[in-house]
Amino acid sequence: MAKYLFRRVLASVPVLFVVAFIVFALLRLSPGDPAMILAGDGATPAQLDAMRHSMGLDRGIIEQFVIWLSKVLRGDFGVSLITGLPMRDLVLDRLGPSFALCLSTITLAVVVAIPVGVVAAWRQGRALDRIIMSGSVMAFSVPVFIIGYVLILLLSRGLGWFPVQGYRPLSEGIGAFALHLTLPTLTMSAPFIAVISRIVRSSVIEVMGEDYIRTARSKGLSERGVLFKHALGNAAVPIATVVGLSIALLLGGAVVTESVFNIPGLGRLVLEAVLSRDFTAIQTLILLSSVTYVVINLAIDVLYSILDPRIRY
Amino acid sequence: MTLTQLATSPPATGPDRSVNDPPSPSESFARAQLRRVFRSWPVRMALGALVGLVLIAIFASWLGTSDPTELSPGARLKGVSAAHWLGTDSLGRDVYSRAIFGSRVSLVVGLGAATISIAIGLLIGVISGYSRSADAIIMRFMDGVMAIPGILLAIALVSLVGANLLTVLIAICIPDIPRVVRLARAVVLSVRSEPYVEAATTLGTRFHVMIWRHIVPSTVAPLIVQGTFIFASAILAESVLSFLGAGIPPETPSWGNIMADGRVYFQLQPGLILFPGLLVSMTVLSINLLGDAMRDGLDPRLSGRL
Repeated sequence: MAKYLFRRVLASVPVLFVVAFIVFALLRLSPGDPAMILAGDGATPAQLDAMRHSMGLDRGIIEQFVIWLSKVLRGDFGVSLITGLPMRDLVLDRLGPSFALCLSTITLAVVVAIPVGVVAAWRQGRALDRIIMSGSVMAFSVPVFIIGYVLILLLSRGLGWFPVQGYRPLSEGIGAFALHLTLPTLTMSAPFIAVISRIVRSSVIEVMGEDYIRTARSKGLSERGVLFKHALGNAAVPIATVVGLSIALLLGGAVVTESVFNIPGLGRLVLEAVLSRDFTAIQTLILLSSVTYVVINLAIDVLYSILDPRIRY
Repeated sequence: MTLTQLATSPPATGPDRSVNDPPSPSESFARAQLRRVFRSWPVRMALGALVGLVLIAIFASWLGTSDPTELSPGARLKGVSAAHWLGTDSLGRDVYSRAIFGSRVSLVVGLGAATISIAIGLLIGVISGYSRSADAIIMRFMDGVMAIPGILLAIALVSLVGANLLTVLIAICIPDIPRVVRLARAVVLSVRSEPYVEAATTLGTRFHVMIWRHIVPSTVAPLIVQGTFIFASAILAESVLSFLGAGIPPETPSWGNIMADGRVYFQLQPGLILFPGLLVSMTVLSINLLGDAMRDGLDPRLSGRL
């Protein structure tokens, strides 16, 4: 196990390296000169040269990459081009709202999607299954922000149950915090519920066709017993995969949801960075979310061996 | 990686299921399957909606009631009226006409994204499946691209390179390419050991004949299915990018741009977001239903399961 773990961690290194390279290369795609952007329009040629030198832009591209990478590995992501603040502080500052939103979203998604998927699988081909599956296809065919606006229209403007937009940290009281987080969570979790329930359904159906399920049934186990004791456990691996990958995709979803609901989180930071062409911020945020993806993938692979003892390394 | 990709992938059952072999059913069987699947009414409705959309896109200049880019500052944010069937946006442009012309952008983006990512992905996938030395490097690179959240990569690319239809198209394609590469590579790997391919090799078939006549045909069915899902997710991605302000230039009539314009005035004129949103949703839903139907038809293993 320890040997496998070591090899698996080692295998993620090239992926991380490629990610770092792509993220670094992204900046070079920009037609403008980063020094020019940083120095502003009124800079003299001498100032520009000084700026290029201080940014290391007069060195070779490989050298620049190595310098950048070694800084990143030490946790130094550079300084935001627009605000002048260190990226690390900016990210930490925005982490709270995004973390709250992502945590509530994935919790709701898992709590709703697993039972829904199991029920659909249990009633496979019947009306209830069809309804659930149609709902699932619809939920990921609608742009997320449309779901958000419809919810605002119905529940905030219409019924007045929830505030239209904004965010209150937990420190301002749990009531306000939960009220402000409800609609964004419902919005963001809709496509995740759709996707997770689809995968849960298909994996449970696959498992239900196995011989050991027939054995369990023929030894007189109740349908519920079959489902919970034998089917769900064996369907755990694909379910864990889809939940894990969903977690990795949360930040992407947060960009849209946070901008609809005006939540000052990392997703909004991405958007602000893009709109103000703050390249360091774009780089840092893409890098961080990709690293999250790789780490979660790693965690899922390790989790497999716990969920499914047949998988031995 | 994007959420749609996750939704449309076959279930993984273990850590090393990435190289699963899509079957290549005989053509007559596939045709019979497809006919069966296409008989269901939701699929027929989806097909009808898409045909309608294509017709709207082709005849947009006759269907539109006015120039979709014409500004009339006097008639801003007007409601539904006889002159403006869906009202006007914040610059006084006719929303109905913009929506009609917007269908062109959506179809071009969808079709373009599907074609480009399949063409590039197939090329890279075949190389990767054929050459062991290239394979390791290509697949590590693809893993890297897949690790970057699709939407973040797309908005970063558009904002860095500059927004126009082509950059938006490319930005939408790049996150989809690794999936196509994996699929094509898996097919190549499974077909390579088939007796007919070994026979062709023994007979000294030249490389390009081998690829075109013996390898590529097996990739057609799974890639058509994949292309359909890329089509759908590209339309969704265009609307999200425009909505976030990192899409096609705002004066271009596209569904995403109408919604982006309506964002600030949502409380005043919800129709500006809801109507184009309905169009996007119906279109994407139709294409997804069609994709599901084709997958059920072309890949009987998954029929009724996913």
